[in-house]
Amino acid sequence: MRKIGALKIKKAAAELAKRANFFLRKDVLAALRHAYAAEKNKRAKNILKAILDNAAIAAKKKLAICQDTGMPCVFVELGQEVRVEGDLNKAINSGIEEGYTKGYFRRSIIKDPLSRGRSGYLPALIHIDIVPGNKLKLTVLPKGFGCENKAQLKMFNPTAKIEDVKKFIIDAVRSAGPDACPPYVVGVGIGGTADYAVYLAKKALLDDIYKDSNLQITDYGCEFNPGSLGKLEDLPKEINQLNIGPMGLGGKNTVLAVNIHIYPTHIAGLPVAVNISCHALRSASVVL
Amino acid sequence: MKKINTPLALNKIRSLKAGDELLLSGTIYTARDQAHKRLAQALKKGVHLPIELKNAVIYYCGSTQTPKGKIIGSCGPTTGSRMDAFTPLLLAKGLKAMIGKGKRSREVIKAIRKYRGIYFVTYAGCGALLAGCVKKAKTIAYGDLGPEAILKLEVKDFPLIVAVDPKGRSIYGKD
Repeated sequence: MRKIGALKIKKAAAELAKRANFFLRKDVLAALRHAYAAEKNKRAKNILKAILDNAAIAAKKKLAICQDTGMPCVFVELGQEVRVEGDLNKAINSGIEEGYTKGYFRRSIIKDPLSRGRSGYLPALIHIDIVPGNKLKLTVLPKGFGCENKAQLKMFNPTAKIEDVKKFIIDAVRSAGPDACPPYVVGVGIGGTADYAVYLAKKALLDDIYKDSNLQITDYGCEFNPGSLGKLEDLPKEINQLNIGPMGLGGKNTVLAVNIHIYPTHIAGLPVAVNISCHALRSASVVL
Repeated sequence: MKKINTPLALNKIRSLKAGDELLLSGTIYTARDQAHKRLAQALKKGVHLPIELKNAVIYYCGSTQTPKGKIIGSCGPTTGSRMDAFTPLLLAKGLKAMIGKGKRSREVIKAIRKYRGIYFVTYAGCGALLAGCVKKAKTIAYGDLGPEAILKLEVKDFPLIVAVDPKGRSIYGKD
């Protein structure tokens, strides 16, 4: 067993919280630059320029990219040969609190969701996956709620067509409209159970975007019939035809990327979840 | 680009049209969900308000903590539609302008036309950039709400796009 101390995990979480909120992901920046270069609509181009300027100012002045420093979502890939010395959840939470405090981020979390009340930084929302190996991978995704509020889940009948699934995804973006800070990155979870599809949709936002395509499909032991996925391929193109554009004021860039995660499911159903990210898709990872 | 200064009396905004871009200087107040709830409750009870609503500009914004040595932290706009339920009442009581992001409800657009108000949008998700336009910031009410407190901001050349003009025309179309 390889031992990793709680203090090391705490320090890593604090550092990732700052890094994610100050420095826009390289792949997101590259996609935004590409969108800026390709945009013909003058107003949309100006807005994309402001978004790129904002990222540069945030990095230079150590100001949060967005005032909504989000609900801190933490993804842990814990190697099964790792033994954490101390309390893993506590270490992550205290690291997040330290990073958010030192970064002067916004106190956006309230402990009474019904009557509201005073806000703070905790708790972080922690997902833990046990994986092979002796490493621990930590990822912090500060998720703003302008876009989180636009998340959707639909439990389709098993006889639904792929076109119905596509329409649901496109409609989710249409109904987010200008509100959730387009251009978006769209995370989609297909299959599993209701809760798992929603989790996959969120996790899909962690995938690197714009390597060679603005559509990426990841599957977990699925065995697809030939042609199953083909119909999903033009999703980014069809969403961009909505002409929502940056700030919802028109333009060819409504989505920067669509990332889809697919899991096997039950004969009686087809869960599909959509989680939209604003253009300020922030996350940072480290492997310990 | 056209420049405009607060207070925004009707004569300054009457000719503005949805889609116009301008730079605003002067005093604006931040207020978002919980502050709106309190302002509306105070108005209904007839209690004195912590801000003067007549010709006021409200900015839907909850900034980060203020970093040491800085005037304000990141401070971009939040979604305007979450304030829709409270807006017609505030407009009736003298509020003139709002700054946010995204669409507004039909009722809000109707109230904007009725009271000759205006709704602007500004660069969404660009809080670090917009912080550069803020020259002074002070918490003036509801401090217990933390990031949802009302701040009085002095801004210089704050970038705006008219989203709903005083005639009720929306940049997002009829829907």
